[in-house]
Amino acid sequence: MSRLSVEELTVGFNTDHGPVDVVEGVSFALDSGAMLGLVGESGCGKSVTAMAVMRLLATPPARIAGGRVLLDGVDLLRLSEAQMRRVRGDRIGMIFQEPMTSLNPTYTVGSQLVEAIRLHRPVGRREAWAQAGALLEQVGIGAVRRRLGQYPHELSGGLRQRVMIAMAIACSPAVVIADEPTTALDVTIQAQIMELLDALRREKGMGLLLITHDLGLVARYCDSVIVMYAGRIVERAPVKTLFAAPRHPYTHGLLASIPRLGRQQERLPSIRGMVPSPGLRGAGCAFADRCDRAVAACRAEVPPLGPADSDHGFACWNPLP
Amino acid sequence: MAAFLARRLGQAVLIVAGITLITFLLMYLIPADPARMIAGRNAPQSTVESIRQQLGLDRPIVEQYLIYLSNLLQGDLGRSYMQRTEVGELLWSRLPATLELMAGGIFFELLIGIPAGLAAAAYRGRLPDRVIMVAAFVGVSAPQFLVGILLLYVFAVELDWLPLRGYGGLDNLLLPALTLGILGGGWYARMMRSSMVDVLRRDYIRTARAKGAGAGRILVVHGLRNAILPIVAMIGLDIGIFMSGVVVVESVFGWPGIGQLAWQAIQRLDIPIIMGVTLIAALAIVLGNLLADMVAPLIDPRIRLRA
Repeated sequence: MSRLSVEELTVGFNTDHGPVDVVEGVSFALDSGAMLGLVGESGCGKSVTAMAVMRLLATPPARIAGGRVLLDGVDLLRLSEAQMRRVRGDRIGMIFQEPMTSLNPTYTVGSQLVEAIRLHRPVGRREAWAQAGALLEQVGIGAVRRRLGQYPHELSGGLRQRVMIAMAIACSPAVVIADEPTTALDVTIQAQIMELLDALRREKGMGLLLITHDLGLVARYCDSVIVMYAGRIVERAPVKTLFAAPRHPYTHGLLASIPRLGRQQERLPSIRGMVPSPGLRGAGCAFADRCDRAVAACRAEVPPLGPADSDHGFACWNPLP
Repeated sequence: MAAFLARRLGQAVLIVAGITLITFLLMYLIPADPARMIAGRNAPQSTVESIRQQLGLDRPIVEQYLIYLSNLLQGDLGRSYMQRTEVGELLWSRLPATLELMAGGIFFELLIGIPAGLAAAAYRGRLPDRVIMVAAFVGVSAPQFLVGILLLYVFAVELDWLPLRGYGGLDNLLLPALTLGILGGGWYARMMRSSMVDVLRRDYIRTARAKGAGAGRILVVHGLRNAILPIVAMIGLDIGIFMSGVVVVESVFGWPGIGQLAWQAIQRLDIPIIMGVTLIAALAIVLGNLLADMVAPLIDPRIRLRA
């Protein structure tokens, strides 16, 4: 059974031009030990989805307009703030994009780890510090004693992200949400961090939601993937299926724009045009204006995500064969 | 650290020398004659001249200044024209009262300003924020004597809980310190609010929330330490400001601080006292800032003292 199941999640924002839905009817499920990739361009709503799952969006201006977020069957959207606080960090851990700014600069690594433990576990200081040391070892940090006493600014970006990961897994959560965890890091460090996350989810059986725009990472590490465009899921599939035979033209475009070695190309294909702003989306498919395969139906009605009985779903009136 | 201190103390010497020079020149430019004031309006010109000679006021200004400086270097601040007492002694006798009032004033400023600023930041844009900011504005713009007299009326006259005037015990200190706290607390509240609002937008606050920390913990543990530096700098400034005396509050409460001494000296053109008070104020401002700078690295480990 899925640990985390998001059903028809809709998130709106109050803007100067009135309320706008930035995430519309997003559904997905995440199993224990699985890694699910959530892919899309900047502004497609993938981070907002993650923040909504954690209930970390400021409301207002944000407003969760509908849907359910089930963690082991409990709808997080119905919990009180106090109950939700016990979920955050304990049942769901979160890793952010910016390791340089995501740790508190005025506290040592050790005390921030200890806090993550003691917020949810009734352990004494001494025991918590021992656990913090063990966590650092788990995320591949050596010289633990010294590291615990250091401040974030004394660590490299890669080390800081390891500390963030240690904090996220401190209470052995059921689910870890990693929002662009490697985007801000050097390529070599990226691979290390991804290998670490991959190993941890297998060892600990955590469901891992990887939010990224890097399809390479998805191909290598994820079991399945969902592609978001302009606030909606346009395609979902097991990774192999999606990369072998994308059905949605947007997914196809994304895959085509990945540079490949050994293929002589004058110019990398790109998807023309820009993502329409929320609120400026017309009646039909939000991708229609950028799509070479658009037909009349595309501008009339939003295509549903289907077929429901298949593990490969796509929202398109004129899908690729 | 040693290099930092040496450099800052060197700067302090320069600043103090500059301040004495400016004050000295200002005194010279004032169209009033201290010798005439000492002698009295009806004294004959010869008496005035002899007083002038006695005080060295007949010498060229440059020479007067050099004499003052060389005395200063020997720790001699000169004698009061009127009371013939040593200025150093006068200042020394006023020091305890001034320091007490400074400590009490800063205590109440922080006690009022920090919680108010934190609450305003936590409820930003909502009713508590608006109420606090209006109150802070009123506090900042209220005249010192008004707040002082109001407090006196309520707590000393009507309720009779506290003494009306005087200096000595903590009960004497309470009302003048509270007056300063109410007036300055508004500044602190505004500073605390804007600094905290900025901090609450940072990524590490989001991390703290994602860890499951509650609102109070986020504000006080994660926010405050990052947002407090401007407040520390303000305390440094206040040390300087309060050290030069708070004339109105001292007058309202009969507080024997440096402010009253300065006020009387200005009325009588008692230049040595004025010079002495200015010197103390300049020193206090320099030291207050130095203190704030030295505390900063203890709060934020990224800050290093650099010479």
